[in-house]
Amino acid sequence: MSDALKIELGRRYRFSASHRLHSPELSAEENCRVFGKCNNPHGHGHNYVVEVSMSGDVDPATGMIANLADLDAFVERQVLEEFDHKSLNEDVLAFRKKVPTTENLCIEIYRRLKSFPQAKLERIRVQETGNNSFEYAGENLEGNQP
Amino acid sequence: MVLLTRKIEFAASHLYHNPNLSAEENRRIFGKCNNPHGHGHNYTLEITVAGEPDPVTGMVLDLKELKEILEREIMQRMDHRHLNYEVAELAGKIPTCENITRVIWQLLEPKIKQGRLHRVRLYESPDLFADCFRNGSGAAGNS
Repeated sequence: MSDALKIELGRRYRFSASHRLHSPELSAEENCRVFGKCNNPHGHGHNYVVEVSMSGDVDPATGMIANLADLDAFVERQVLEEFDHKSLNEDVLAFRKKVPTTENLCIEIYRRLKSFPQAKLERIRVQETGNNSFEYAGENLEGNQP
Repeated sequence: MVLLTRKIEFAASHLYHNPNLSAEENRRIFGKCNNPHGHGHNYTLEITVAGEPDPVTGMVLDLKELKEILEREIMQRMDHRHLNYEVAELAGKIPTCENITRVIWQLLEPKIKQGRLHRVRLYESPDLFADCFRNGSGAAGNS
């Protein structure tokens, strides 16, 4: 049934965090050249917006793909508690070894939310500023299509 | 193929309540949305139509015509209404974003004669929305 109607639920969350883009594999000069202002040794911060898209059957009893209270609690536990008002480089283990670009942040958030039990995670979109946003849909190629 | 999106806003009230569940279950599942007197939202609706621009007019479809369809099918039906009691297509359904987007899709699809309906996105608030599209069209990626 490729032409069946599909419904997705989208939910936005916000967190504020600092980061510094720096790769230990590059020299100080290269880091400065590649990352520019984002390589400032003391870091800087953003108000991030995370858009989570979930798909699944709409339960006729509730009219919902997933109960928002469950989704909110899951995202709070899996992501926001550890990311909000933190230093991504220092406080999130995954970014001890990976540069906390928003690309890598999308992938890390996707990894953390993939196991949501009530619905299927389709994609993560992270807005770093009003002018920059990034999306990751894992191996789900359909979700990556424009 | 070109995608054209038109945005409209409407204000409506609703409540979530399933008569097959007990009062306690309704409160547990729906929380504040189960308040018996209802509550309301400013909904934002984005309608995306896909098609090739007409070689003479340069348009996928005439926006004026889309505006009239949206006024007739959506605004007159839903704006300043109670979605549970005044919208026949939602009768017996919980008026969640998921269910409303599907109803809007079903109302609009047969009315759009030039191009074809590609995606319906309904925001209940800036932080909560649902998309309806044909499976396999990849519509959800167009944000």
